[in-house]
Amino acid sequence: MNSITNNEKGLMAWINKRLPVTQFVKDHLTEYYAPKNFNFWYFFGSLALLVLVNQILTGIWLTMHYKPDGAQAFGMVEYIMRDVPWGWLIRYLHSTGASAFFVVIYLHMFRGLLYGSYKNPREMVWIFGMIIYLALMAEAFMGYVLPWGNMSYWGAKVITQLFGAVPFVGDALVEWVRGDYLISDATLNRFFALHVVALPLAIVALVVLHIAALHTVGSNNPEGVDIKKHKDESGKPLDGIPFHPYYTVKDIFGVGCFLLIFLFIVFVKPDFGGLFLEHDNYVPADPSVTPALIKPVWYFTPFYAMLRAVPDLQMGALVMLLAIVVLFFLPWLDRSPVKSIRYRRWPFKVALGLFAVSFCFLGWLGMQAATETYKMMAQLFTVYYFGFFIWLFLYSRNEKYHQVPERIEH
Amino acid sequence: MKKIVLMLLSLVATAAWSAGDSFVNEKAHNNIRSMDSLRRGAQTFVNYCMGCHSMNFQRYNRVAKDLGITEEEMMDSLVLTDARFTDKMEIVMTKEQGDQWFGKAGPDLSVIAKARGVDWLFSYLMNFYQDDKQANGWNNLTLPNAAMPHVLWEMQGVRKAHFEEVTDEKGAKHKEFKSFDQVTEGTMTDTEYRDLVRDLVNFLDYSSEPARLIRLSYAPWVLLFVSVFTFLAYLLKANYFRDVH
Repeated sequence: MNSITNNEKGLMAWINKRLPVTQFVKDHLTEYYAPKNFNFWYFFGSLALLVLVNQILTGIWLTMHYKPDGAQAFGMVEYIMRDVPWGWLIRYLHSTGASAFFVVIYLHMFRGLLYGSYKNPREMVWIFGMIIYLALMAEAFMGYVLPWGNMSYWGAKVITQLFGAVPFVGDALVEWVRGDYLISDATLNRFFALHVVALPLAIVALVVLHIAALHTVGSNNPEGVDIKKHKDESGKPLDGIPFHPYYTVKDIFGVGCFLLIFLFIVFVKPDFGGLFLEHDNYVPADPSVTPALIKPVWYFTPFYAMLRAVPDLQMGALVMLLAIVVLFFLPWLDRSPVKSIRYRRWPFKVALGLFAVSFCFLGWLGMQAATETYKMMAQLFTVYYFGFFIWLFLYSRNEKYHQVPERIEH
Repeated sequence: MKKIVLMLLSLVATAAWSAGDSFVNEKAHNNIRSMDSLRRGAQTFVNYCMGCHSMNFQRYNRVAKDLGITEEEMMDSLVLTDARFTDKMEIVMTKEQGDQWFGKAGPDLSVIAKARGVDWLFSYLMNFYQDDKQANGWNNLTLPNAAMPHVLWEMQGVRKAHFEEVTDEKGAKHKEFKSFDQVTEGTMTDTEYRDLVRDLVNFLDYSSEPARLIRLSYAPWVLLFVSVFTFLAYLLKANYFRDVH
């Protein structure tokens, strides 16, 4: 036993001299002190990482059997589903993973809103997170085009059309993005390249930066208090516990809960009633047949509802863009010194609750045919969406709040 | 407040209405685990549908394996072309020929059940009626002016549809379907015909995703494993957190 330990020591010593592996593990796991009071909402960070790994691994295996060819792409997916051993499982893990990614990310972001995790000193963490969200949207959109179903085709057409809203160079830009006058084999090829190489690389790099920024300033917590204010003689935060083993063990439990739901969907309901895999996408891409209702997958529908709520396409595209841009500025829009919702008063609680409800409603409206009533409702919720940020900016300046405790008490 | 409530109510009402855009008035109630039903459906499919519709992503040997049919049985009764056992269920008619002969070529039916849904397919096959205004003499309630004739007419018999003119709230007049009138009897009773269509839809449902039979059989074991894993993970977590106060 002794000799083995010595050997390991020797090897580790040799490595550490050349690459500080042990120090890295200490800095980010065994001696990274996280607040001891993480709750349910804190599972979603590690779950996002899990889903990212799932997407990359299943993606690699899908790529082994897929050809980005306008004449073959639709059939390739069916080939994977039928003739590739376990191909159906790999494909469903990937397609369900895409939706799960957004579920996890939306909850992860909402956690940030609940506990003010975007506030000083974590602005950079939030900004990197927002860039990841943007990259993820691009990644998901391009991935959705690859099965080359009719909704892939028409979805790609509508979304690339949005670049036409850019003044002066719009039309040229649309053509440049598509690589053709219309959605074609050329578009499919470049979307494949971006989906499997460029964007995943960008996302992984951004995730590293997101975590690096987080570990520089330390994690927030449901109480919103700074655990670094109170340390023991050895410099460890009194209300902190080492990430490993405490939160690695806790996150494994979170992974189990997540997998129960995730694998239930994969094995029992992978189409999720047409929400995760849409019915119209089981019809091969056909430029001459427009689907009765063109709509993006559920995770884009809140923004799609905003786009349709504005009568003018150019303005609609701008509103949609602003809806995402405004989130980048959240750390400076919320001027309250209090982080956690637990110590903010009812106006904020009500406003944030309604914000979440209106976002979900917009998502639902984005899936429906745009009747006059629905359009009006979408306008109402869009106004509320932006109104929330304006209100927050004004209200948070002289906000009344409850006394925040010095330390984590429960 | 009242306005909001009214708006929410109208939302629910319109949601219910928009679900019935296409005339889907029947439920398939098929069961893809019934091998007998799938075998009968496969037989109907090759006899009546495969003249015009391909199933380009489905292979004969896969059907044989999943439905418990031997190679010999398959080649004798289900492979009506000169295809080999391992071939895909393709047809000779090209899309161009189909377009020319029928106005619109019949679509490939590999994943039609995913695209349309089983209830739509069941309703479609139930809702053919004789219509002299149509080039092929047939029309369909579920897919009006469909290019496809009623291939199963011998079994269901010939029916005519009875429409009544109604005026809607906006004052616009349109025809509303009331009932079918049987013109000539079919070789099957209504119940027998429904069973035939149900078996056929069942086969289409299975063919849209043969892996469903496998994944559904794995599902309980996978979920049981993850449940045990999660329970143990919880115990481990609880044990570690005992010393966190």
